[in-house]
Amino acid sequence: MGKTLFQKVWDRHTVGILPDGSTQLFVGTHLIHEVTSPQAFGMLRDLGLKVAFPSRTFATVDHIVPTDQRTEPFRDSLADAMIKELRKNCSEFGVTFFDIPSGKQGIVHIVGPEQGITQPGTTIACGDSHTSTHGAFGAVAFGIGTSQVRDVLATQTMALSPLKVRKIEVRGKLGPGVYAKDIILHIIRTLGVNGGTGYAYEYCGSTIEGLSLEERMTICNMSIEGGARAGYVNPDEKTFEYLKGRPYCPKGKDWDTAVAEWKKFVSDADAVYDDVKIFEASEIRPTVTWGINPGQGIFIDEAIPSPEQLPEADRASAKEALEFMKFKAGEKLAGQKIQVAFFGSCTNARISDFLEASKFLKGRKVAPGIRAIAVPGSQGVSKICAEMGIDKIFREAGFDWREAGCSMCLGMNPDQLVGDEICASSSNRNFKGRQGSPTGRTLLMSPVMVVAAAVTGQVSDARQVFANS
Amino acid sequence: MLARFSQIPKSMSLSPIAQVTGRGVVVAGDDIDTDRIIPARYMRCITFDGLGEYLFRDVRQTPEGKSTNHPIDDLKYKGATILISGMNFGCGSSREHAPQAIARAGFKAVIAGGFAEIFFGNSTTLGLPCATATRKDLTALISIIQKDPTTLVKIDVQKLQVTAGSLNFPITLKASAQQGLLSGRYDAIADLLTNLPKVKELAGRIPSATAS
Repeated sequence: MGKTLFQKVWDRHTVGILPDGSTQLFVGTHLIHEVTSPQAFGMLRDLGLKVAFPSRTFATVDHIVPTDQRTEPFRDSLADAMIKELRKNCSEFGVTFFDIPSGKQGIVHIVGPEQGITQPGTTIACGDSHTSTHGAFGAVAFGIGTSQVRDVLATQTMALSPLKVRKIEVRGKLGPGVYAKDIILHIIRTLGVNGGTGYAYEYCGSTIEGLSLEERMTICNMSIEGGARAGYVNPDEKTFEYLKGRPYCPKGKDWDTAVAEWKKFVSDADAVYDDVKIFEASEIRPTVTWGINPGQGIFIDEAIPSPEQLPEADRASAKEALEFMKFKAGEKLAGQKIQVAFFGSCTNARISDFLEASKFLKGRKVAPGIRAIAVPGSQGVSKICAEMGIDKIFREAGFDWREAGCSMCLGMNPDQLVGDEICASSSNRNFKGRQGSPTGRTLLMSPVMVVAAAVTGQVSDARQVFANS
Repeated sequence: MLARFSQIPKSMSLSPIAQVTGRGVVVAGDDIDTDRIIPARYMRCITFDGLGEYLFRDVRQTPEGKSTNHPIDDLKYKGATILISGMNFGCGSSREHAPQAIARAGFKAVIAGGFAEIFFGNSTTLGLPCATATRKDLTALISIIQKDPTTLVKIDVQKLQVTAGSLNFPITLKASAQQGLLSGRYDAIADLLTNLPKVKELAGRIPSATAS
């Protein structure tokens, strides 16, 4: 009987079974950032412990960094204390830190792959739920809490119970104007925001195979929004091609050895899955959320459902969402005025996101009165966008082009919604208050749809707005 | 290895948690995410101290800072130590700040219709049991508490049962969490450290990302 990638990686990294029955799992690569690590270092100090394998932990700063004025001290003294604390911790414990002056700073889930730190067949952990992103490379990647960050720092292991594996096959050709973001929003809408609890999602099928690594990252990134703690794609030639030559990947003969090894960590053809779901790419259309969780989405040409139309279990949440969003059942989102357009986040702030959107944005202008900001996912993305003239297209259109960070995805820095503003956002969460204002309203959509909303000032079907592009 | 623990921290030796008894407070709703439990802008900190104050901050206060008379602040429920909510509690961000805020606000346990996985693990590690009940039992429990907020709710971690007044119903709890709580090993750090020699051996066989 064959094994899934998940089982193979899990077995390879198992240290043993702990007294409570959970597995002590070795973490190949540990990523940290300024929000969820300072308390973990504090606990290490309290316990008199060291970092067991400092070369396996990499740090960057992303959540709290301002994206406009980067001179230190930051205007926000709390944010300033956080970056300084991370600097101190990395220096004291011997951890590599992709700090702002390094030119390699950015959102942790964009920096890892960009540097070639994210590799197939390994386990990755980070104190951030979007760690599932790294599964795009065939790694098994877990978001963890701060006590677990402490555990990984102190032992390079953590206590975890194995997940079941759900195979999610997406097959066929995507229609024009339909992107990876639409695939994952559709999957979450269909399987539910807690449908993945207890599972790792294995994304496969011809559609997924046809996607670039950056697009696969968008899909794996949002696994957690469907309740799945991990999501992955089996590595293939595209994976190896993406990684080849990256700073932290093996070189020369070591590269060949590594690839041969990575090829062993794919699901067997006769692997047994705990569940299988099949999606047809041709049925997926541009998707936008209307509610307060990422499962509350509709195709752009659909109407907002009335709670009575939904399964009983979803009704209370739908009612709460309609009230908060000030939307009515039966209305369409298309035509809904927006005040803010946010292009960024670990879901959609990679080079291909900016490149694709720039094709449509070129020569157009952001609608009057719309606050539009574009935040590259890393300094690396920013640099390449500048080399390609993409930043110029965004600036000329009226976007505020910023420095790398998490920014308005969660509003921990000054980039926040005000009052009940409606934001067309390429990010991952539309929770109440997520973008920094307790009453702010987030509509999740693909980057191209964000650009379409920015130029029209309202939620729009990008396929129509850019019909002649 | 035991000798080592006697030198290391008291925080590594924990008391078993076999039961939690206290008054309950209901925070109604499904899919209550960790951003709701503690909004990101209150996580600009380098310790967990004082996070209890920010528990459910955005729904307890209007943007102008006025109290919304949220159940957490309702005098009827003052002193409650068991938080009761709906399905998929704690979804979203992996922030341990969420269970830290719950615990630091004085709560000892959560009963809900279901829990997001990362939240569940983070809470268990802090010794904050997360008991899952069916919707029907939750509804009955909520109605008892709303009728008489002084009702004592008892969570029996051993028998996996909740008692509240005349109400009695089964709960589910992941076996490893139950085992950890009952044995006082819910924080895994001591057990993980015990196996460090084995970890070092395994580490030698697993490649690491290295700049070359």
